[in-house]
Amino acid sequence: MTDITKDAMMPSRSFLSQDAIQVFYRLLAALLICAVLAVLSDSFLSLGNILNVLRQASLTFFIASGLTLVVLTAGLDLSVGANVALSACIAGTVIHKTGSPALGILTGLACGGLVGLLNGIMVTALRIPSFIATYGMLWVLNGLTYWYMAGETLHGFPAGFRQIGSGYLFGLPIPVYLLLVFLGIGTFFAQRTIWGQEIYAIGANPVAARLSGIPVARRLLLVYAVSGTMAGLASIIFLSRLNSAEADIGESLTLPAIAAVLIGGTSLFGGVGTVFGTFIGALILTLVLNGMNLLSVSANWQPLVTGVIVILAVWLDMKTRRRAQ
Amino acid sequence: MREAAIVSQSNPLQRIPGVAIVLVLLIALFSAIAPGFLSVANLSNVLVQSTILTMLALPMTLIIMTEGLDLSMGAVLTLTSLCVALVSLATHSMLLGLGAGLLVGVAFGLANGWLVAILGIPPFVATLGTLGMAQGLSLIVSDGQSVVGIPHSVRDIYSATLLGVPVPIVMALVTYAAFHGLLYHTRFGTYIFALGGNREALRYAGLSPNRLLIAVYALGGAMAGIAGLLMTARMNSGHPTAGLGLEFDAIAAVAVGGTSFERGNGWLLGTLLGVLSVGVLRNGLNLISLPSSVQVASVGVLVIVALFLDGLRSRA
Repeated sequence: MTDITKDAMMPSRSFLSQDAIQVFYRLLAALLICAVLAVLSDSFLSLGNILNVLRQASLTFFIASGLTLVVLTAGLDLSVGANVALSACIAGTVIHKTGSPALGILTGLACGGLVGLLNGIMVTALRIPSFIATYGMLWVLNGLTYWYMAGETLHGFPAGFRQIGSGYLFGLPIPVYLLLVFLGIGTFFAQRTIWGQEIYAIGANPVAARLSGIPVARRLLLVYAVSGTMAGLASIIFLSRLNSAEADIGESLTLPAIAAVLIGGTSLFGGVGTVFGTFIGALILTLVLNGMNLLSVSANWQPLVTGVIVILAVWLDMKTRRRAQ
Repeated sequence: MREAAIVSQSNPLQRIPGVAIVLVLLIALFSAIAPGFLSVANLSNVLVQSTILTMLALPMTLIIMTEGLDLSMGAVLTLTSLCVALVSLATHSMLLGLGAGLLVGVAFGLANGWLVAILGIPPFVATLGTLGMAQGLSLIVSDGQSVVGIPHSVRDIYSATLLGVPVPIVMALVTYAAFHGLLYHTRFGTYIFALGGNREALRYAGLSPNRLLIAVYALGGAMAGIAGLLMTARMNSGHPTAGLGLEFDAIAAVAVGGTSFERGNGWLLGTLLGVLSVGVLRNGLNLISLPSSVQVASVGVLVIVALFLDGLRSRA
């Protein structure tokens, strides 16, 4: 690697301590919410509920972790929810038709990854702004899924397959182990590999990144494909957890995933944020929604609260960055 | 690149081919393959069904001209439609219903404008947040149920005619004339061109770009309120998912109509032709009995193709 490339990456390294402080604040916020909920509701601190929160948070995290990489490049992927729905329906069909969960899982991941790759092509080769390209993709996928399913519900999958989403290992839900694994992989990839550092550099300053020899288009293709593949993974967990697939399962997933990324401190303007922050973001959002549930607030309030949280998170991010400058 | 933008702005005729060709091709296609497409009854049906979209796509054009976007429009229309239904049900007054819809629509428009202009939040995220809020409020006020039994005075708006022309079409034409006058014949319209093209110039001229921006988003909210009345009248009920995804059809109409997402120039007649293109596409696919899911997907493809062509043009 040339010296110039190293220079381009320096800013993201020096942000690391700043990132650590940001993550610390968010951990404090999560603990505070826990304390409030423990006081307000008797059932919050029960083991069953805590495991439930972790499992829910892991579902949001899978989608949000891939999305974090996209947002780090100053892009956005609005198609993740619709991608989960299509991948789940196709994977479910494959399992039904062939009886092989392994084949279904591979199909789900491939479907998600392919959609992500198409997003990447629209953003890089066709140069369509990412939020519009992926928003168009959202409706294309929605249409395809509803057409493919034609109002049907896929139901009943092999017991072994259902373990992935609803099983336990040493008392912890299996999705929580997957969460730890992908948290580790995501953090390592973003912080410790050259490709990860190049992604930060692209988000911080795309022109400088290109001039210092980073293959910007290829890295962008990679992050959109990763985001799609993670949506594919989430679709498998959903499928095995719900034991059914319908065309509309993705509709309420995109906003929470974006919320988790933004609460986690990843800046919409690119170059700043961590995968670990997104994990805390997913945890905070899940705690809030879980708390509303425990306090018997109607589920109808969830989109409203999530919408407010998205706006608050972006606003707070902009305020802190402005002060830092 | 800037020169190209100025040329096309001064001569909108240059852009007629794109969207007009799309519309003519779609009409030719469905005349050939869809039985009954060319009948007077069906064509007037297309026009009437395009009226709600017209009312969203025109303000969306102005918003996109300011390099903005309003993803909340469909959800806000759903909420205003429910407000029209609930208030007219309670008071038996169409006008009070419309007033409630307008009030809620303008409130959301002002909120969008405030988030974008004053807080500086990128429009697509700000309006994604308000989309969630409007969706949530729709579920809350309706408790997830349809609102039925609304008064005749509301329903009649959609079916009544004025001098033989359906009232929704009259409303859409009046709206178009008003937007045309506003954009091309008032100072406010000139400022909108400047908001997208050259915001600094506005500041040097002693104007507040923020206030203008808020006004543009508020106008979008107000139109969502009026369109909410038409939606309630058309469905003869209020429904918590009535306007789901309508903002996408509006964005599609604007994009197909040749308004650029990056260069601050817009073209209202193009948007109108874009609305008709989307309307013809959906109607034609419906006639050859393809489900609405395929219609949604094909509108998505239409947008991506239109944006791709727009990108090509801006680089040419």
